Amino acid sequence: MSLDPLTRRWGLIGGAIMAFTGAIGMLVSFDERILISPILSLGYLTLLLAPAIAGHMAARGKVSVLEEPEHDVAQGAQKGLVAGLIAGVFAVVFMLAVNPFDLSEFFPNINDRMFDMMTFDFGLGLGSVVLIVASALAGAAGGAIYGLDDEPREGVFRSAIWVILFSLFELVVSDVIEVDAIVDLIYARGGGLHIWSAIIIGVLAWWLGVRYKGRRAELTQMAKDSEAGSRLRWSLIGVAALLVIVLPMLVGGIVNELLINVALFILMGLGLNIVVGLAGLLDLGYVAFFAVGAYGMAVLTSPLSPAFSPELNWWVALPVVMVLAAIAGVLVGTPVIRMRGDYLAIVTLGFGEIVRILILSDWLTPFLGGAQGITRIPGIPLGATSVSGTSPELFIYMTMLLVGVAAYISYRTQESRIGRAWAAMREDEDVAEAIGISTVQAKLLAFVTGAIIASFAGALFSAKVGTVFHNSFDVLVSIIILVVVIVGGMGSIRGVALGALILIGVLGGPKSQGLLGEFAEFKLLIYGAILVYMMLQRPEGLLPSVRRSRELHQEEAAQDAWLDKKGSFIEEPEASV
Amino acid sequence: MSTEVAPEPVRSRRFKFNWVDGFLWFLRVAALIAIVVGVVGSIQQFADGEGPSAAAWRDLIVSSISTGSMYGLIALGYSMVYGVLGFINFAHGEVFMSGTMVGLISATMLFENGFWDSNPWISILVVLVVAMITSTLVAVAIERVAYRPLRGAPRLIPLITSIGVSFFVQYSFAGLFGVAIRNYPPAPSQLSGNVDILGIPIAGTRLLVIGVAVVSMIGLWYFVTQTKTGSAMRAVAEDKEIAGLMGIDVDKTIVTTFAVGGAMAGVAGLLWALLFRGVDFLTGFLPGIKAFTAAVLGGIGNMPGAMLGGVLLGLFEGVGPQLVLAGLGIPAVSQLKDAVAFAALVLVLIFRPTGLLGERLGSEDRV
Repeated sequence: MSLDPLTRRWGLIGGAIMAFTGAIGMLVSFDERILISPILSLGYLTLLLAPAIAGHMAARGKVSVLEEPEHDVAQGAQKGLVAGLIAGVFAVVFMLAVNPFDLSEFFPNINDRMFDMMTFDFGLGLGSVVLIVASALAGAAGGAIYGLDDEPREGVFRSAIWVILFSLFELVVSDVIEVDAIVDLIYARGGGLHIWSAIIIGVLAWWLGVRYKGRRAELTQMAKDSEAGSRLRWSLIGVAALLVIVLPMLVGGIVNELLINVALFILMGLGLNIVVGLAGLLDLGYVAFFAVGAYGMAVLTSPLSPAFSPELNWWVALPVVMVLAAIAGVLVGTPVIRMRGDYLAIVTLGFGEIVRILILSDWLTPFLGGAQGITRIPGIPLGATSVSGTSPELFIYMTMLLVGVAAYISYRTQESRIGRAWAAMREDEDVAEAIGISTVQAKLLAFVTGAIIASFAGALFSAKVGTVFHNSFDVLVSIIILVVVIVGGMGSIRGVALGALILIGVLGGPKSQGLLGEFAEFKLLIYGAILVYMMLQRPEGLLPSVRRSRELHQEEAAQDAWLDKKGSFIEEPEASV
Repeated sequence: MSTEVAPEPVRSRRFKFNWVDGFLWFLRVAALIAIVVGVVGSIQQFADGEGPSAAAWRDLIVSSISTGSMYGLIALGYSMVYGVLGFINFAHGEVFMSGTMVGLISATMLFENGFWDSNPWISILVVLVVAMITSTLVAVAIERVAYRPLRGAPRLIPLITSIGVSFFVQYSFAGLFGVAIRNYPPAPSQLSGNVDILGIPIAGTRLLVIGVAVVSMIGLWYFVTQTKTGSAMRAVAEDKEIAGLMGIDVDKTIVTTFAVGGAMAGVAGLLWALLFRGVDFLTGFLPGIKAFTAAVLGGIGNMPGAMLGGVLLGLFEGVGPQLVLAGLGIPAVSQLKDAVAFAALVLVLIFRPTGLLGERLGSEDRV
């Protein structure tokens, strides 16, 4: 039997991923998280997902624009089986190759625990066979799923996704349900779903999907219709707003804490979205403005601010901080105004680092506290109470208020005169200038608006935590905000919200844990991988703005048009013969 | 790189004088005044017998030059990739880091069986080869996986991709090697002494670092200007399309560029090990950014410029804080080393965006 080169390639990629995740210790640490009580952990899911995806991709083969893809279960399963087999063999070869040496001195994660995990605790001999068989089966399953018809395939995906979601977000689900008896029905004591509750969730997801298929199609149709569509959109926004208001009351402190982090990143994401998404200026030092906001608020409100401590009220200090941020925006923005994209990125990155280094330096320690930071920052006075991080249930509303303000600013500017000027500038600066847009003004305005929104986040952050230290403001924060904006979709408000919810809420932010605490060690690895994947496969983001995705796919559209023409060109001579 | 020359005069006339120019002039003048005042202050201090002694200044300069020549070698990779593909390969610092990290394995093994001390030159050569091979492979792999599918994409997309790649490689190494800082074995005893050159004692390792950098630079220069592959690289940098029509395999040439840049980063990895010994997965970040600064300083896309920029940046960040900031009366100036390096980048781009040896840039390449 000749081996399809694509199958071989996907098999090797799958095997490499298995070996890699093992060698960096990901599998072992994920193994501690149980998804379905006795049988499946996150580690094994990761281990077997690689060959399954390899099998799926092998079965998919080359995607051609001209032909309808074939769907054949047996053929798909066969190709997937081969790919999974190759992946398994690759992983085993890797294990056998590293096993004879003691590598723990250099590679602390290639250890007995990794071997035990990857061989299913059967020992290297029998375990290798088990791994190859399991991987081949996973590959076959992945390939077979591709071979299914559309409807059952969607059903399988939907069931799998819901089961995984329910098991991953055990914390939130049980927090919302609150009644222990019901929680125990769904989840096992040691964590993870019971087998039968997993089955019920899967079947339910499938059934509900089939049941409401017609209804969904109706809704999609409605969304296209302008009048009903706008009514639908507004009711969706209403539901979302209601959920946002009610959710913090339902969930406990931990989840609220998390939601505050998410909201802070939505805030910063919205600010950066104006700079990067709307105006097209890649700012890698955005954290500098966040730092200005946080330190400005700390100096103005804390009684322990070293040099100058007016001990203002948060609300009084906020406008001052905004002005400071605006000045910082102009100071950073002006020197870079004539620089083109990538230089601008590096210079802003430099500015961000300069700010952090200066905060830490002995030179500014008398003013900003240096490594000791500034402590005892009071909360936000609200009536008689003071809202700070110790009462996350109240603080979340405070954050949401400012997120609302930022979202409103973004929404209103997008289609305004300045918003259109930004779009024009983003697409072609010279042309924009030629049609009479003052690019200097537009760029500075973008920087200043972005800076002010970031200073909101900074002001909230210092009031929430009560202390500010230099290490909350390193370059990582800038990059993570950028990833949030890019994953969500540059230029899109709901995109930023979704990006922050997925990345910060689930994976965790630079200093905070997300829902999946197991990911903490690997979250930046995952951030990097997501960023690369998004740029290669979907540069417009998950929920793109229409204009942006049109820009990015212009060339593709042209290509499609050309292929269509080519298709008809091929048909023509056949008809004449 | 496009060589189209934009109708610059029209542009500059349009911006006759507005407040942005005014602000930039203000910055230029302020920077100049600060530098002059600082230098005068330092000289004053030196004359008063305060501050570092003459010998300390000399050591500072030598160590700055050796660090700078390491930056220069990394900068070559940035410069070459920028010349060929026109984007900043943010992940190049990680290519450098991978070389040092894997080189560490060979160095430790050699040290443990005593070979490091008995045959120091061969050992260093072995580590050099290991580091170069690793960095080359990593650079080529990155190109294949992340950048090749992006040919012809809008120019910020490869840049953002390279940020992602950078994180991915960093934390892969964190996972593989652990997050602790590891140390190279101490430099062989033959190297740790001082060498007298023209009556000036210079630390042996620093001399070796400078020597290795110079030799690599000469080798690279020979490769780029005298070999067929080298001229193919220059042709591709000039115009990819035309080079393709001339029968040059553009993809292969781009891979070669990444490989050569990676090899130079590997050499720099060894130099880092000789200079600082300690490595961890974040080792590549700061040197990477500084090397980019060096490439811009020398004129991006220009190879002697990269080397010159590296040495100059090394001097700026090594001598600059002591010479300028201490003269201004700022305490604990050595903390501000990195800030000075970044400030140098900003100032270079304000004063002379094309870099010191940079060619005139077309409108597409305007900074």
